[in-house]
Amino acid sequence: MSLLESIRIALGAIRGNALRSALTILMIVIGVGCVIIGAAFGSGTQAAVQEQMNTLGTNVLAIWPGQSFGRGGVASSNRVSLTIDDYDALRRDSQFLSAVVPELRSGRQVKFGNKNIYGTVTGTTPNYMAVNNRELTHGRMITQSDLAARRRVAVLGYSIPTSLEFAPTSLLGRDISIGRIIFKVVGVFAEVGSSYGGPSVDDAIYIPLTTARFRVFGSDRLGSLSAEVKESIGVDMAMVDIERVLRREHKIRPGDPNDFTIMNRAVFSDMMQSITSTLSTYIIGILAISLLIGAIGILSIMLVSVTERTREIGVRKALGATRGNILTQFIVEAITLGALGGLFGIVLGWLGSEAISSQFDMPLIVEMQTVLIAVAVSVSVGFLAGVWPAYLASKLDPIEALRHD
Amino acid sequence: MATLNPSASRDAPPSGQVIDLQSIHKNYDMGSETIHALNGVDCRMEVNEYVAIMGPSGSGKSTLMNIIGCLDRPSTGEYWLAGENVSKLNDKALARVRNRMIGFVFQTFNLLSKSNALQNVETPLLYSGIGRRERRNRALEALERVGLGDRTFHKPSELSGGQRQRVAVARALVNDPAILLADEPTGNLDTRTGKDIMALFEELYSAGQTIILVTHEPEIAVRAKRHIHLRDGEVTEDYLVENS
Repeated sequence: MSLLESIRIALGAIRGNALRSALTILMIVIGVGCVIIGAAFGSGTQAAVQEQMNTLGTNVLAIWPGQSFGRGGVASSNRVSLTIDDYDALRRDSQFLSAVVPELRSGRQVKFGNKNIYGTVTGTTPNYMAVNNRELTHGRMITQSDLAARRRVAVLGYSIPTSLEFAPTSLLGRDISIGRIIFKVVGVFAEVGSSYGGPSVDDAIYIPLTTARFRVFGSDRLGSLSAEVKESIGVDMAMVDIERVLRREHKIRPGDPNDFTIMNRAVFSDMMQSITSTLSTYIIGILAISLLIGAIGILSIMLVSVTERTREIGVRKALGATRGNILTQFIVEAITLGALGGLFGIVLGWLGSEAISSQFDMPLIVEMQTVLIAVAVSVSVGFLAGVWPAYLASKLDPIEALRHD
Repeated sequence: MATLNPSASRDAPPSGQVIDLQSIHKNYDMGSETIHALNGVDCRMEVNEYVAIMGPSGSGKSTLMNIIGCLDRPSTGEYWLAGENVSKLNDKALARVRNRMIGFVFQTFNLLSKSNALQNVETPLLYSGIGRRERRNRALEALERVGLGDRTFHKPSELSGGQRQRVAVARALVNDPAILLADEPTGNLDTRTGKDIMALFEELYSAGQTIILVTHEPEIAVRAKRHIHLRDGEVTEDYLVENS
């Protein structure tokens, strides 16, 4: 009897108990689905980080308020902060930086006509553009004279015109309301692309630092600073330099930890790596648990099936089925259950990834490798769960089996 | 009909003989005591015989049928089936013998409930490793032969008792077995339908089929040409029936 015949018989048996079979494989469907979504999230994040990394120059450092905890993340607290005084100090006293860019950030209601959106408003300086490798599609960047005059002008992130349902060109020169203050749109940035789950710079609006400080937020606390290291200077030296200036400004005593974090591309990449690997561990955990439950499901249903079909087994043996035929039949049935679970799980995971991707604007990438692993694992689960029941079935005495009710 | 095994050894029974049972014993160990279900049964059957094995319950009738049907092995004694000594075969070889040599018809039909008539009849051929097309043709042929050519795709639940037993007979015949072994084939049927099935057996016998009927009903047994009576695991009577 060929494998194809066995699969046909197995599918027949599964169809004959459609509802029960569906419930049996549900756990595998859910497990594989979750794993596909999780892995897609991981792959998507990694791709986005990579993209981000490529736009971030190797000679640019980011400075965040708050102490960094090992490789994990940054703890922000109200007590510690980075201020415009720190920005001035760095510009004045650091020896190895060619540019320092402040970012004074806060969320504000943005209105245009009858459209109302909530966006990140960032107060910054003209050199923001060069240091962060940004480009404009329309208009101009904030200028030194905007800064000096605290003008109410705004440069929009790439996605903002779309969110306001307005063409970028026709927005230029028009007035928009940011936190109830009227600003004139002077430029629109080019697209940067998806970020790693968080809000994208494409969704932000840029205004002069001075305007942000004195007219909009009334605060001098910076969200972050970026610093461009002079050419021919090592990034490590620049980091020491920044540390020296900021420790002095914050009056941190020798031996006490920093209340700020300096990150370069390597540190950032390390951090993302560790987040991704934590995520992978969770994914493997979910996979293991759900597949274990799935395997127990298949095992129990196959055991019930063997008892229920004792007479069928007896009949098949009387008609000439060998122990091997019966063994194959039940193992193939269990494998088929596992494989069906895997296939439906992949469909679920794929649809889920698509839905999350479009709903939350997060990049999720379903990779072929994940799909193949999911199929291989669910087939193996079916096999492992099927071996014992199949062995019991094959061992049945045909005379006893035929007498079974 | 019955094909002789060419690889049979030289001291095989002469051709024409399909069954040769030589002092068959079957003992069951029930803890403290041993039950002698068969106590030295000797019996020979020729090709195209129509035999009824009769006896009250507990006579060893079922045990003998299981041994003849190669579902079980004798404790001692030899069983030659179509020239092959099958009394010492292993499970796998016995399964092959059942598949090629025996056609079972059971009291409770024992059809596969989730499969249609055609698939049921095809099942033995599946285990003989016969290809799909030939399998289908031979199964259709067998269904035609029992008068169910128009019920091919019906599930057992969509068939009457008589039709189900006909499917079972078609399934028993599909591999062209040396013997058709029927265990109370009319036991679950009403009298009229039972008569129809017996008429079908008559027809098959006329066409050259060897048939062994296991029954305790005299009115069914009377259709056979030879009666073997069992009591306490021994053959008490073995005679040809005149003008039945």
